[in-house]
Amino acid sequence: MSEIHDMGVIEIAEAVRSGKTTALEVLEALRARIQGHDRAFGAFLRLDDEALDQARALDAAVAAGRDPGPLAGVPIAIKDNIHVAEQLTTCGSRILEDFRAPFEATAIGRLRAAGAIFIGKTNLDEFAMGSSTENSAFGPTRNPWDDGRTPGGSSGGSAAAVAARFCPAALGSDTGGSIRQPASFCGVLGLKPTYGRVSRYGLVAFGSSLDQIGPFTRSAADAARITRIMAGADPLDSTAATVAVPDYEATIGEGLEGLRLGVAREFMDDRIDARVRQRIQESVDAFARAGAEIVEVDLPHTRYAIPTYYIVATSEASSNLARYDGVGYGHRNTEAKDILAMFMKSRMEGFGDEVKRRIILGTYCLSAGSYDAFYDKALRVRSLLRRDFEQAFERCDLVLGPTTPTPPFRLGEKVDDPIAMYLADILTASLNLAGLPGASIPAGFVEEDGRRLPVGLQVIANRFREDLIFRVANAHEHLHGFAKESPIS
Amino acid sequence: MSLEDFDTVIGLETHVQLLTRTKMFCSCPNSYGAPPNTAVCPTCLGLPGALPVANREAFTIAIRAGLAMNCSIATATKFDRKQYFYPDLPKGYQISQFDLPICHDGRLELTLSGGGSVGIQRAHLEEDAGKNSHGDHDSGTLVDLNRCGIPLLEIVTKPDISSPQMAYDYLTELKLLLRHVGVSDCDMEKGSLRVDVNVSLKPKGRKEFGTKIELKNINSFKFVKRAIEFEQQRQLAIYEAGGTIDVEETRTWDDPAGESRLMRKKEGFADYRYFPDPDLPPFHVGKDWIEQVRDAMPELPAARRRRYMDELGLPDYDAGILIQEPSVARWFDETVALGAEPKQVSNWIGSEIFAVINERHCDIYDLKLSPKILAELIGLTQDGTLNVKSARELFHAIVDTGESPKKKAEAMGLVQVSDQGELEAIIQKAIDANPKAVEDIRAGKGKAAGAIVGFVMRETKGRANPAVINEIMERLLG
Repeated sequence: MSEIHDMGVIEIAEAVRSGKTTALEVLEALRARIQGHDRAFGAFLRLDDEALDQARALDAAVAAGRDPGPLAGVPIAIKDNIHVAEQLTTCGSRILEDFRAPFEATAIGRLRAAGAIFIGKTNLDEFAMGSSTENSAFGPTRNPWDDGRTPGGSSGGSAAAVAARFCPAALGSDTGGSIRQPASFCGVLGLKPTYGRVSRYGLVAFGSSLDQIGPFTRSAADAARITRIMAGADPLDSTAATVAVPDYEATIGEGLEGLRLGVAREFMDDRIDARVRQRIQESVDAFARAGAEIVEVDLPHTRYAIPTYYIVATSEASSNLARYDGVGYGHRNTEAKDILAMFMKSRMEGFGDEVKRRIILGTYCLSAGSYDAFYDKALRVRSLLRRDFEQAFERCDLVLGPTTPTPPFRLGEKVDDPIAMYLADILTASLNLAGLPGASIPAGFVEEDGRRLPVGLQVIANRFREDLIFRVANAHEHLHGFAKESPIS
Repeated sequence: MSLEDFDTVIGLETHVQLLTRTKMFCSCPNSYGAPPNTAVCPTCLGLPGALPVANREAFTIAIRAGLAMNCSIATATKFDRKQYFYPDLPKGYQISQFDLPICHDGRLELTLSGGGSVGIQRAHLEEDAGKNSHGDHDSGTLVDLNRCGIPLLEIVTKPDISSPQMAYDYLTELKLLLRHVGVSDCDMEKGSLRVDVNVSLKPKGRKEFGTKIELKNINSFKFVKRAIEFEQQRQLAIYEAGGTIDVEETRTWDDPAGESRLMRKKEGFADYRYFPDPDLPPFHVGKDWIEQVRDAMPELPAARRRRYMDELGLPDYDAGILIQEPSVARWFDETVALGAEPKQVSNWIGSEIFAVINERHCDIYDLKLSPKILAELIGLTQDGTLNVKSARELFHAIVDTGESPKKKAEAMGLVQVSDQGELEAIIQKAIDANPKAVEDIRAGKGKAAGAIVGFVMRETKGRANPAVINEIMERLLG
């Protein structure tokens, strides 16, 4: 058996199920590793001590001969905007600093029933708004490959935790790239499922028509198992799809033969760092050698993705965040003399700058007089972006490209330049607008200042074709094996 | 200048709470009167991470209301967020319908007041907000969120209403209709019906409407009428003084003071930043759904009234009374279905039964006395077993017990004496004891018969069959 921190999801589940190890042993080893190393990275906001009880209960179930489930004893870290019942859900914000989840997210409930252990909550940009995890009210997270750089964001804590081998898997949420971009920066696999594949019930809303929960793992098979368990219809979420969930693990080994892989021209132009393009080209060439057919496709409206995304996402956010008014829960200013002042001061004090910026932008976009020029127009461009992909998928089964235009940037490098920060999502946001599934998978490194910085390959499929993403990601692992490398010992 | 020189333009916005089992977007019971903040869940509290799921039953009821008001039903509809900050609005927005209301372009016939109709512009589904209560200074403002998420239908008229009386008639008609088809109990005291009124004056002959004034917080239909009457005079006075009304206002009606008071002026306009709610996919209402609702539509009050008159032969007055209360009409129908004579049933309801339920403020179905029992009781009066007086006595004896009228009548000794021999003996006694009366009767003074009948009734403790007495008296004295 390999070292516990190197073990993946399936490996741990099988070892616990077969009695080779116990859930408690796995959990304690990982907690010790986190306690020893995470001070340097800040991936976790909190470890959950109840996980120890959860692990003991699971071990008792195994001992009693009960089926402990397909994720038996697998410690999973959860982004701190997803409700684990009775744990804090801060969203990285002062305004929810003391907010304890009064119910559990549907996805969490399903993982729990499958035997997963919730080891702790991970850092994020406040309310998932950011691309570097620097917007957290509780301090930034650092990239395990280079602690002077960001892990990406907003699910930076979850990506860093999986990269640093603090846990075999973590959950994030992706509204414009918040799973894929940090996965790329941290050299792990991160999947944003099709919109509606995983219930959003219990995920604190940012952009409701864009948000999806998805997994970070170090292998395609691990992500396939977690996704299958989380996915499916939910009577508590009207936007959760009723489409049947396939057995991803059953088809994951089918290889690349017969697959048509489209390389998006707009994803490979000179706005993209040449070293990144080179890594992506190498992966594409390897796919071709392994039997895939490579075609070029066009996504002509890609350049409108960022402005469109920032109108849709901020508009929805301005509405979703209106509930943080200090009345029923959350931070409240107690000195205000009237109700309007209480609303304003509570929100002024509770929210960070980036959240305020987006609320103001979204409020403006939805205002009478701006609605048609911004929100309504953005919805039209959104349907054009969707059509771009529909046309591309007539010519290929999957679309490939880089996940991010650059390797991980330095902490502080873009904090004063929101537009530069927003451009980090340039290759990811169009999928959220089109509702498509996409993963970032590790595709090697570029060298900078003597450090190896991860590069992510983005694999995009048609709606509900996560099965194809897992197949390609699995094949890529066997062609490369980058995910086997660890940034820390 | 006088009111004669103006048209009064009135539009009403009526919110009714729908009689669904659960709330609009969650599975909390749609109930009234629970202790504050107990009939709530993460969804209706608007907690982070909770999501709304639309209630199908609310759609069915809204469609039923729409069809009853002759509306078109939208087959493609959706929900939008109406955004504003208020302590009783926990999400910072209300889920409502903006540009695609479930019902639109209808017409409500004013059948009760004998003619005319009011155009219905739209009726849309939305969720109710909570309730603030402003207690003493120490406790500040308290918020009860039980009401959050209760389904509402907001019914907006066209500006067709031209007088305070017509506004009153419209509301009376609307309430009657919605109660009969099971849309809402329309109980203003519980807040399940709430009315906002828009009023403006327009010089006769002019095309453009005047600036409208909105009146809020009116808690009875009578107050609506009074508030509009006041508003007509207030606006007229402004015009008479050479003034103009340029800015929309929201005013509140203070009935004890008999005046409306300014709440706020609407400078510019309220920007609710409506946009489609991304948590709720657009809703398709299939034609077969609409047809199902149409087929299951309960009888409308106007049709019921006509049936009572045309088929059951009831006077207009009786029919009008019976349809006032849907449960009474249903109870009446059930009793008649058991074979009881309709006019008799109507008489019993209109007198004895109303007296009891009005005194107790209860529903007719709360009585132990069922339609079956009343039908039996009426049967006993018609076959001569009971006279009217005994029947009334029996009614009060069984109204709270639900006992069999026949058995109870026997037990109480109320069964009429109709036996010829027995009565003839008593009447003979009466004749012997009242020679003066006998003389008068023979002289053609009909009134004098009262003395004989009274004697017989005393002797029989009121159980003698008056028809048989008359028959015997005629034979003996005629």
